[in-house]
Amino acid sequence: MTLLVLDWLLIIEKLVLIAIIVFASLGIALYTTFAERKVAAILQDRPGPERAGPFGLFQPFADGLKLIMKEEITPNSSNKTLFILGPGLAMTAALMTCAVIPWGASVQLFGRTIDLQIADVNIGILYIFGVVSLGVYGIMIGGWASNNKFSLMAALRGASQAISYELAMGIALIALLMTTGSLSLKTIVEQQMAPGHLWNIAYQPIGFLLFFICAMAECNRTPFDLPEAENELNFGYHQEYSSMKLGFYLFSEYVNMIMSSAVMASLYFGGYDIPFFNEALLPQNIAALVGVGALLIKIVIFIFIFMWIRWTIPRFRYDQLMNLGWKSLIPIALVNMLITGAWILAKL
Amino acid sequence: MEALTSRSAQVSRKPMSLAERLFLPAIFKGMGITFSHIFKKQPTIRYPEQRREFSPVFRGLHVLNRDEEGRERCTACGLCAVACPAEAITMEAAERLPGEEHLYREEKYAAVYEINMLRCIFCGLCEEACPKDAIYLSETFAPANYTRKGFIYGKDDMVIPNVKTDPEGFAKAKGSPRNN
Ligand code: SF4
Ligand code: SF4
Repeated sequence: MTLLVLDWLLIIEKLVLIAIIVFASLGIALYTTFAERKVAAILQDRPGPERAGPFGLFQPFADGLKLIMKEEITPNSSNKTLFILGPGLAMTAALMTCAVIPWGASVQLFGRTIDLQIADVNIGILYIFGVVSLGVYGIMIGGWASNNKFSLMAALRGASQAISYELAMGIALIALLMTTGSLSLKTIVEQQMAPGHLWNIAYQPIGFLLFFICAMAECNRTPFDLPEAENELNFGYHQEYSSMKLGFYLFSEYVNMIMSSAVMASLYFGGYDIPFFNEALLPQNIAALVGVGALLIKIVIFIFIFMWIRWTIPRFRYDQLMNLGWKSLIPIALVNMLITGAWILAKL
Repeated sequence: MEALTSRSAQVSRKPMSLAERLFLPAIFKGMGITFSHIFKKQPTIRYPEQRREFSPVFRGLHVLNRDEEGRERCTACGLCAVACPAEAITMEAAERLPGEEHLYREEKYAAVYEINMLRCIFCGLCEEACPKDAIYLSETFAPANYTRKGFIYGKDDMVIPNVKTDPEGFAKAKGSPRNN
């Protein structure tokens, strides 16, 4: 009988929202792979993929089909369960982040107010950190289960890199949280939308820079792609993977990129806030949709910057990576935190 | 020690300045450089639709020439086969019969004339050796094929179409890039 107490409509609403967001993320990720190749090509004076469909727009489907059609190889000496679990975990962890990101304000539909956020957890940021840390297991387990020394080495690199940079990321974030006073992403975004309040980037420029660098490291993007390191570790932790399992790994990287762009946009760039514009002037539903568009544009810009950096900077050496993380980023983050604290005290 | 090249530069070992140690200025500079490439002209030639022009001395697939009246010039003397360093050419001679004067210029002609394009190194010595101006290297190249056999070109593939009756085929076999 207790079941009847549940708000069934709410559950349906959330399920629909989850489906939309997950599939939209996957779709965007699909085209991010395409964009990556296009951006790389254009930055290198090449045309990039342009044969499959108009402007090569069907290229991601061709890639996906190719991955699916490939033979599925599981090495004899691998740990079969973990070998399958690895890519699944990487993908799940990447997608789970989208639950707490506020994709837009609320819309009125069928007489209900629907929040464009799957779950407004009041510790949203902590949840994201937890899930992102889980993502390391995808790499670790994949590398370990492959039973291949290159994969294992890459997995170890990946794990230590993620742990080192999570620290600096966390401290940079603490400084931000000190100014916002809330862990809920929705509240943080709404604070930035409030009139007279600038985007958080204005209050935390150094914090943002640190967060951005660490996010790049967490996504294993160049210059921090040491777990992959094509030319020293033969593609690292997913070396033994083929077919769709490999596809999952590659794909989860892109989903991660989208999610960290969304988090950065929400934390520092006002989320679904439209700059220099008062959303209250528009009808609620339209304002919400325009807001979603604004967030998407911010995400696309971030993704472009990610790619732009990837095709500009070479990879760090491992000791440089660790030096940067522990000896530069963490002290800077600590100083930034102290300054923020002093600033808050001075304001009181 | 004398430098081997005028472009060599002494490695600077002085400690990095603060700006250099921050990496960021250098990174932004690099990003500026890559960004400027967005506006650069692409040197790409989109192959099947666009083709690069061959140089005027390009040595491509062979053609067996005809004379002004459209008769095959080759007399199956075998000088090209002798000259060929890759031994790519084989031929069988035959005697011209009465009534075939409009087909073959000399009394003897090549009934079978084959060049193995996988052996051929496109050196053009056959062209130089021929006393009858019968063989020329055109400005086309052998397309891909599925079998090795497919690369043995016979007379059907090489005798150039008659300019008068089939000017289009003639131009194609000659392969002047301006026709592509
Ligand atoms: S081009 Fe050179 S290698 Fe080729 S058939 Fe003529 S002589 Fe032989
Ligand atoms: S192509 Fe020229 S050299 Fe070769 S057999 Fe014919 S006539 Fe002689």
